[in-house]
Amino acid sequence: MPIRTEPVTINIGPQHPSTHGVLRLRVTFDGEVIVDVEPIFGYLHRGSEKLAEERNYVQVLTLTDRLDYVASMTNNQAYCLAVEKLMGVEVPERAQYLRVMTAELQRMASHLVAAGFLLQDLGALATPLMYCFRFREKILDLFEMLCGARITVSYMRPGGVFADAPEDFWPALDRLMGEAPELLGELEQLLMENEIVLVRTKNVGVLPLDTAIAYSISGPVLRASGLPWDWRKADPYDVYDRMQFDIPIGDRGDNYDRFRVRIEEVKQSMRIVSQCIEQMPPGPIRTELPFVLRPPAGAEAYGRVEAPKGELGFYMVSDGSIAPYRCKIRSPSLINLTVLKELLVGWKLADMIVTLGSIDINMGEVDR
Amino acid sequence: MTRAFQGEELARFIQRRFPDAELEWDGDSLWIEPQRVREVARFLKEEPQLEFNFLNAVSAVDYIEYFEVLYHLTSFEHNHSAVVKTRVYGRENPSVPSVVEVWPGADFQEREVWDLMGVAFEGHPNLKRIMLWEGFPGHPLRRDFEDVIEY
Repeated sequence: MPIRTEPVTINIGPQHPSTHGVLRLRVTFDGEVIVDVEPIFGYLHRGSEKLAEERNYVQVLTLTDRLDYVASMTNNQAYCLAVEKLMGVEVPERAQYLRVMTAELQRMASHLVAAGFLLQDLGALATPLMYCFRFREKILDLFEMLCGARITVSYMRPGGVFADAPEDFWPALDRLMGEAPELLGELEQLLMENEIVLVRTKNVGVLPLDTAIAYSISGPVLRASGLPWDWRKADPYDVYDRMQFDIPIGDRGDNYDRFRVRIEEVKQSMRIVSQCIEQMPPGPIRTELPFVLRPPAGAEAYGRVEAPKGELGFYMVSDGSIAPYRCKIRSPSLINLTVLKELLVGWKLADMIVTLGSIDINMGEVDR
Repeated sequence: MTRAFQGEELARFIQRRFPDAELEWDGDSLWIEPQRVREVARFLKEEPQLEFNFLNAVSAVDYIEYFEVLYHLTSFEHNHSAVVKTRVYGRENPSVPSVVEVWPGADFQEREVWDLMGVAFEGHPNLKRIMLWEGFPGHPLRRDFEDVIEY
C-alpha cells in the first residue's frame, strides 16, 4: 500500500535566529523540498516615510540611520545626496572625501556582518562570526571617534558632514588599514577553501542574470550573477569618479559567488579608503546652510547610492515648507527579497537558510 | 555617467509607437495616461534604442487632487535613465494597470504602494497589504489620513 503524502506548510519566523531580524516565511514543503515560499513583512514597520513628513530636513536624517542599522553611513549619504539635489547645494571637496571614506568603511563593516552571519547559518557557530566582528568592531571604534556614535551615526549632513575628523583619528585609521589585510586574510584562510562551506554554497541557490535584472535585484547579489554594475562606477557621486577600484563579479550567481563577491568588495573598499587618505584635501567640511532648510516648492529629486545591500534611493518632493512633502525610500533589502520564491523553490530547508543569508537583508530596511 | 532622458526626447519615441497617446513633459519627467501604463512599459523595455530593462522604483505621491505614480527606470545596456509618471484621479478607488508582467521586480513595490497609499494595481497577481495587517483602516501615507488607533 502506498504511503499517503501531502505538502506541509510551516511558519519560519518571525522570531527565528536564521531570519536575520523579524522576517516571517510561510514555506510549503513536499517532504524536505520547498514548493512554495511567501515572505511576510511588517513586524518592524515604523512608518519612516510618514514620520519624515512631520520632521524638518535635518531631523529626517536621524530616521535614515534606523533603516539599515548595519550600514547607517550609506543611508545618510543617499539622503544627503537627495536633499542636496533638491536644494542645488554644492558640497566641499573635503566633505566629499570624508563621505566616501566613511561610506567605504561602513561597506566593509556591513559585508563582514553579512559574511559572518552567513557562516553562522551554515553551522559554523561563533568562531567565524567573531573573526568578522573583531574587524567590524575596530571600524565602529573609528566611527565613535568621528561622531560619538557607533551604529546610528548621523555623521553626514545636507551640505557636508557633521564634523571634521579629530587629530587622533588619522593615526587610528592608519593602524586599522595596516591590520586590515591580515584580519581579512585570516578569515579568508579559515573559510574560502573550507570544504563544508564549498559543499553547502557552491551551485546552491543559483540566480541567473536575466532573472536578477527582471526582478530589480541590485548590489552584490546582482554582481554575483555576473553583471559588473555598480552605481559608484555607472553614475559616480561624491568623489567616486577619482577612485581606482574594480568591480568583483561572480560567474554562476550561486551562494558561494554572493559570499565571495562581498569578501572581494571588502578588499576594494580598503583600496578606496587608502586613496581617500592619500588624496584628502584641506578645507571646509560643510557648506553653510540655514538652520532650517526650505527647498523650493515643487522641487523633486531622486538621490541614490550603492549601499552595501544594493541601490538605496530617496525620492523627495518639496512643497516649499520645512518638512519634505514626500520622502520615498527605495530599499534594496525589500526589493531583493522579491526574488526569494524564484530562488528557493526546489531546494531543501537547509539550503533555504543559507540562501536567505546570502541575499543579506536587513529587516530595519525591509519594513522601514 | 548615467544619462537622464529628457521627457520630450522620450515622448518622441512613444509618439512614434502610440500616435494617439496623450503625453506631457517637463524637464526629465514624462506623464502618460494611466490606462496606457502597461503597454508603454512593455514598449520602453523592448524598444532596442531604449531597453529599460531595470525598474529602479515604483513610487506614489498624494497631491490631494490626484495621485501620481512614478516609475524610475534604468537601462543597463545603454546606461541611461528615465522617469515616467502618471496621474490618477479620484480618492475612492484609484487604480493603475500593474507592470509586474513587464518587470517582476514591481511585485512588492506595488503591494507597498497599495498598502500605504491606497492606489490599486489591476492585474497584480497578489495585491494585498504588505507592511500593515489585513483590516487596517485606511492608507497611512495619504495626506488626509488620521490616526484611528486609540492608545
